[in-house]
Amino acid sequence: MKRVVITGAGTINALGHSVPETLKAMQEGRCGIGPLEFRDVDRLSIRIGGQVRGYEAEENFNRQQLALYDRFTQFTLIAAREAVAQAGLEFSGALAARAGVVLGNSGGGMTTLDENYRSVYEDGKNRVHPFVVPKLMNNAAASHVSMEFNLKGPSFTVATACASSNHAMAQAFQMVHGGLTPVMIAGGSESMLCFGGVKAWEGLRVMSKDACRPFSANRNGMVQGEGAGIFVFEELEHARKRGAEILAEVAGYAMSSDAADIVMPSKQGAARAIKGALQDARINATDVGYINAHGTGTAANDKTESAAVADVFGAHADRLMISSTKSMHGHLIGGTGAVELLACIMALRDGIVAPTIGYEESDPECALDVVPNEAREAKVDVALSNAFAFGGLNAVLALKRFS
Amino acid sequence: MDITDRVINIIAEQAVLDPSDVTMDSSLEDLGIDSLGLVESIFAIEEAFDISVPFNANEPDQGDFDISSVSSIVAGIQKLVAEQS
Repeated sequence: MKRVVITGAGTINALGHSVPETLKAMQEGRCGIGPLEFRDVDRLSIRIGGQVRGYEAEENFNRQQLALYDRFTQFTLIAAREAVAQAGLEFSGALAARAGVVLGNSGGGMTTLDENYRSVYEDGKNRVHPFVVPKLMNNAAASHVSMEFNLKGPSFTVATACASSNHAMAQAFQMVHGGLTPVMIAGGSESMLCFGGVKAWEGLRVMSKDACRPFSANRNGMVQGEGAGIFVFEELEHARKRGAEILAEVAGYAMSSDAADIVMPSKQGAARAIKGALQDARINATDVGYINAHGTGTAANDKTESAAVADVFGAHADRLMISSTKSMHGHLIGGTGAVELLACIMALRDGIVAPTIGYEESDPECALDVVPNEAREAKVDVALSNAFAFGGLNAVLALKRFS
Repeated sequence: MDITDRVINIIAEQAVLDPSDVTMDSSLEDLGIDSLGLVESIFAIEEAFDISVPFNANEPDQGDFDISSVSSIVAGIQKLVAEQS
């Protein structure tokens, strides 16, 4: 089996328009969540989110492109450009024929859907733009990445709600690990911060009106974010031969299904995914220094996830660090695991562990070191990234410091 | 039909019970209504009475709306209907 390393990373999210900006914000424990700004927001009861700010689509894409790129596709391409530029790869010939892109996404072009439903239902129009379908389909982002970078190998989109990106990156890892291709682009994106998107979430009554405070006793729900995280997964020898900078090693993963409830999380399902990732990566539980938690800030997730971690790690659960960066960038749903992988890379490569901000009161049901409010310097050899989705679909990735 | 009867009917429908089996001191849990059923019941109540019920599933015990029994739910709705009319 081939070893798989990450040689490029890119992002745009509420914390920044690039990886360096995002990591700086995480180090500072900055909150990217604020008042939502879009049409009809006054008709919502939930009015906060991790919106990408200071972003002008026209500065990045031309008119023809914008006719085809929903916001989630735009974010994906911006992040992919950063990742591929960092990796320094050009896709041509045999490499182009084998390399592909696997992305996570949940809602597809929600903004496109919202705008066009409004146009036909509210405004009574009987005609929509001819590109509505290719713009809103949830594989659009993966397709445009394949076109922009000439990736002609296996490409597709994975939809497992909040675990989409982790499932996608696990698939891409497996392809490189198994020798199918030396390079895959992987990650995910989401943009459902529009009236219809937030209205739907509001109905479930799990959203917070004021802040995302994972693991804090006074947490009162999740806050949505938007953006993308994209990575270049490369076979180690391929990366070495061309002298590429290696950000971290992807050591393994596991997926599990709760087979229990459409919204309530399961400790057993989460624990099986965490334990499975350790086994797949051949990592001792005691070597794990940091876990990027799923940590949504809901009552149910955070206590279930804490219990799963305590179960898998036993006494070591009290020695490892676990933080939820959703407190800063919000929950990017299908893109969340990808942006959160950046916190794992920062812990491994830079020795800085991102904090859980907004932490105010300890909760005996979440009695772990959640790195409250301030980033911490620490040498981390192994990091895990958890994702536990609605529908009970779980995926955990295991990363190692590369030295 | 008064507010009490309408609420009992909504809860009975959610619990798939005859309205006569829903008593004022029953809790939703007693009636077999889980967390999803609770959120659906509150939605049905909001639609029926054209009110907004301040309920967050993350902190069901917080806020003014007490969901511990059918009678507390009825009382909460009576208050909201009076306030929001």
